[in-house]
Amino acid sequence: MPKASAKKSAKPVEELSYEEALTELEGLVASLEDEQNPLEDSMRLFERGQALVAHCSALLESAQLKVQKLSGESLIPFEEESE
Amino acid sequence: MQPTLFSSIHLTVSQLTLHIRKQLENDPTLQDVWVEGEISNLSRPASGHVYFTLKDKNASLRCMMWKPDAARLRVNLQDGMAIEAHGRITVYEPQGTYQLAVNLIQPKGEGALYQEFLRLKAMLESEGLFAPERKRPIHQLPNKIGIVTSQTGAALRDMLNTLRRRLPLAQVILAPSPVQGVEAPPALVKGIQLLNYQLPDVIIIARGGGSIEDLWAFNDERVVRAVAESKAPVICGVGHETDFTLCDFAADLRAPTPTAAAELATPITILDLSSDLLSARTRLTSLTLNLLAEQKAVISSFISRLKYISPERRIQSAYQHLDELSRRAFSALTHGIQIQISNVNGISKRLLSLNPEGILSRGYAIITRKDDHMVVSKVSQAFGKMKVRVSDGEFEVNRGLDTAAVIE
Repeated sequence: MPKASAKKSAKPVEELSYEEALTELEGLVASLEDEQNPLEDSMRLFERGQALVAHCSALLESAQLKVQKLSGESLIPFEEESE
Repeated sequence: MQPTLFSSIHLTVSQLTLHIRKQLENDPTLQDVWVEGEISNLSRPASGHVYFTLKDKNASLRCMMWKPDAARLRVNLQDGMAIEAHGRITVYEPQGTYQLAVNLIQPKGEGALYQEFLRLKAMLESEGLFAPERKRPIHQLPNKIGIVTSQTGAALRDMLNTLRRRLPLAQVILAPSPVQGVEAPPALVKGIQLLNYQLPDVIIIARGGGSIEDLWAFNDERVVRAVAESKAPVICGVGHETDFTLCDFAADLRAPTPTAAAELATPITILDLSSDLLSARTRLTSLTLNLLAEQKAVISSFISRLKYISPERRIQSAYQHLDELSRRAFSALTHGIQIQISNVNGISKRLLSLNPEGILSRGYAIITRKDDHMVVSKVSQAFGKMKVRVSDGEFEVNRGLDTAAVIE
């Protein structure tokens, strides 16, 4: 299913979680490596790949541990006591 | 009994003391015994040995602990503390006293707890709760991490700092729970169960270090079963390196400390992710560049093939042909002219030979009479003034009539 990888992710890059973006990026690079895509498709894959890389980098740089706590069965933000 | 001088046994003090010592030291009960009591007269001289008296209501026992054993003590000894001391009875001959040479001390009651621990462990083990095949793998890159611990403890702070450093992409859900006392076990169980509804990738159950009583909630059968039944894999990080609880055995992974639990929960760190991303980017770029280079090569091979079959060659050969024709035409023309020239030359020579002047050069002369320009062709005509023309000029001669007659 060579073409599928290129078309599958219609989802905008900005909406992907880190893991989703990374998984797609890996698939995309593998598809560039293994498959004979038309040049135009390859260029589209490359552009998508660059966008994924940029998105992942941004997520890594801005990542802040999100801490919540259970209150009954719902979640509320957890405030750490500052020392 | 009446004292008698004739008693068969006479001993020195040393001999008697030695005898007592041998008696005591040959008694197996006295050589491997746990003694329960309260500490008093605790003394720790600079030698590093520890001396104290162990007392109960009716009796007291002198105890001493050699420096190497004292250094390994887990409990902080204090006067009044109820303990169980293990050791052997020895005799101190200079003072004629016996004492317990202690090598192990545990707080009173710990022995019973330990027995309970072993009983519960054996029972749960026989149920298969600790079986290696029950252990599930830990997610390499967890998105959601559940934590069951006290929300005020240092353990939580250490874990959050560790997670923040290693994998700030993660989301942490805390199920606050007391971690010691009677209310701890049910709260820990509830925390594990409620966290499971949040579908975390992993649950950490943790507590900082403490005495065996402090950690006892993590040996509670209900808690151990909840750990074993958790849908999400559980990492247990309770106490210090040397503390083992039944939760450790039931968990999918045992961590020596809470901090270590947070590390084991995040096998892949943000540093790994960054370097993976960098290499993916490099691969992406080089792949695309290669692809473009390949396409360029294809294009340039087309260019050379196109050149080969292009009409340019035919045009060139047509030009060549044209040149050839033109050269041939030119040379043909030149040749014609040459022939014409040589014809003209031939005619010109012939013409020259016909010129009367040419005869003069061979020694002939033309003589004309000067008066009437008549050419003298007969001797009879040769008289008077005449002009003689030779090849390079002319001169005059004068001849009388008579002369002419004479000759004639």
